[in-house]
Amino acid sequence: MRASNAGDAAAYERLLTELTPALRAAARRGLNAAGLADTDAEDVVQETLLAIHLKRQTFDGNAPFGPWLAAIARHKMIDAWRRHGRRTKLPIDDFAEVLADGSAEPDLITADVSRHVESLPPSQRAAVRAIAIDGATIAEAAARLSMTSGAVRVALHRGLAGLARKFRTDTL
Amino acid sequence: MKTSDLIRALAADCAPWPKPLRQIFNAALLPAILMAFGLYLVVLGPRPDLAAHLADPRFAFKFLLALLLLGLVGDLVLRIGQPGVPTRASALRLWLVPLLLGGAILVELFVLPPHLWLPRLIGSNALLCLVSIPSLSLGPLIAIFFSLRRGAPERPASAGAAAGLFAAAIGAVLYATHCPDDSPLFVAAWYTLAIALVAGIGALAGGRLLRW
Repeated sequence: MRASNAGDAAAYERLLTELTPALRAAARRGLNAAGLADTDAEDVVQETLLAIHLKRQTFDGNAPFGPWLAAIARHKMIDAWRRHGRRTKLPIDDFAEVLADGSAEPDLITADVSRHVESLPPSQRAAVRAIAIDGATIAEAAARLSMTSGAVRVALHRGLAGLARKFRTDTL
Repeated sequence: MKTSDLIRALAADCAPWPKPLRQIFNAALLPAILMAFGLYLVVLGPRPDLAAHLADPRFAFKFLLALLLLGLVGDLVLRIGQPGVPTRASALRLWLVPLLLGGAILVELFVLPPHLWLPRLIGSNALLCLVSIPSLSLGPLIAIFFSLRRGAPERPASAGAAAGLFAAAIGAVLYATHCPDDSPLFVAAWYTLAIALVAGIGALAGGRLLRW
């Protein structure tokens, strides 16, 4: 995190990648503890990663990283419980068979975040897609979308913030 | 979208790394406090006999208590936006303010003849107090909310209440030097009501605006 703070994007990507298995395990534990199916764990993981990213200015470089990370993960877990609390007002029997088939693989394609990407404004959607799914760099995405690099950066950043907001307000 | 895809997008958005929350906070608060002070100078101003009252125990207690509240809530507000930073001890220390005020009320009731209790409680300018403290705290409240939105408060409504308390403490420190009513009875009734009003607004707004 401290190397990322100094502008090292590769270190940042490595950090987030290495955190993911622990976040995934915690998300499964949290969902199971609440009696929920852990098929939604990947959504919680992605939402937590978004929160880590969008709230990275709240990490004090001199403080230990663990408590900071744990507090963010816990906050997002509680969010997920709340959302599911609302969702379980639906008749759960209809989903029982789907839920029982819990062979969730790591790095699963998750429905929620994809659905949220679809509902972003066009330029943000294009920027997020080009960089996240097609693996383009900022410069490549700029060339492909005939935007300036600065505009791609802004669209990407707003898109990511928009994703976090859509997770938060998703009451489905 | 796969999680590794999302991480790639987050890494691409890594730079520029945002300023630390503490800096955002200072940058937002400083102009807001200056604004509140400007409003105070233009509309209220210090009471004409301020210099004569600086050593008066009732005035000194009122002013120092408002300063103490400001310091204690300031510490809490700085902690509250940062995940994993403990807030409990800082929040518990706030009880010092009502405890001191309670003690001062007892002393006041002891030294003051009963026929003066009610006049001192009502004071001369209760309504101005109720209007001034929230008005002075409005700018700081907006500034604190602006910075806390960049933060990550674990309990949004409580964070909003703390933000309101802090903004109201700024208003109370300023108003204390204008208000001619120094009795702890007046402070306990009207300052408390005005401050609670702002804290309540903060709590309501925090529940909506400070979620993340």
